Amino acid sequence: MTLWWIGNIVLLVVVLPIVVVLLRGVLEAAKSIVPTVNGIASTARAGSKDLDAAALLLTTKDQVTQTVAGVAGYGGSLDVILDDAEEEQR
Amino acid sequence: MTVFAVAGAAVVMILAVLLIVLALVYYLVSTIVQLRRIASGLDEVIAGVDEIVEKSAPVNDVVNAINEQLDAGVDLLEGLLVKKAGLRDAMGLIDGLYPGAGADGLRNFPESADIDAPRIGEVYTKGTLTLARLGREAPIAALSPTGEVLRNIEGGSLAARMLYPDVRHTSPEKLPGSPVIGSDAPVQYEQRDDIGAPRKRLPARRP
Repeated sequence: MTLWWIGNIVLLVVVLPIVVVLLRGVLEAAKSIVPTVNGIASTARAGSKDLDAAALLLTTKDQVTQTVAGVAGYGGSLDVILDDAEEEQR
Repeated sequence: MTVFAVAGAAVVMILAVLLIVLALVYYLVSTIVQLRRIASGLDEVIAGVDEIVEKSAPVNDVVNAINEQLDAGVDLLEGLLVKKAGLRDAMGLIDGLYPGAGADGLRNFPESADIDAPRIGEVYTKGTLTLARLGREAPIAALSPTGEVLRNIEGGSLAARMLYPDVRHTSPEKLPGSPVIGSDAPVQYEQRDDIGAPRKRLPARRP
């Protein structure tokens, strides 16, 4: 009978506070993750929006190709109309 | 008496277990709610990351293609410059147009970094420099750029003006003014009546 009462006291004084403390810690940790996840989500949205201009790289690629082709044309023409440097200067 | 004591202990134990169960329910339900919020937030993150992956997928290939084109352009221009001007003069040209750039050398000519570039940029202006190096038959290109300065920058303008029969290059205090015409002109020229009139007959000569 005495042991039963001792068990009840241990249950109320030791087990219950330990359970509450542990569960509260888990809850606080879960709560602290929420704003972090929301921040990551907003950052991902902003990063995705920043990459909207990436499609313009295709236009840049075409323009670079055309520019280099033009430079090649000018270079070829200059190569034809201008004399080469003297050999001893190379 | 013993029955009451057993019943009291049982009630206390039941209450204690009930409190523990209530605490478990409260905190676990709260934790579940927070975990659901985290899950929905992670869904948004995954959607954003998917968009980033989708939009950035072609970037690598496009940038590589652009770099290949630019590499080809650099190879072309470097090769043409060295072919036409020679490696040493090419370095002098580059250093003259962009001071300090010659120290890095040309990408396709590693030995160009060790060349002592001529001071072409100190002797000629950009236009003269370009023409001189492109047209190697020009007299200005006949001399070495390491020689004395062929073009007098300060006197160049005066030398050009001396070619004209004018006194302006002597910097006179006052130059003759332009003539003033019109009704308010300080000098009025009267119109002669005989201009445009029939020519007078001269008297006949006597034999």
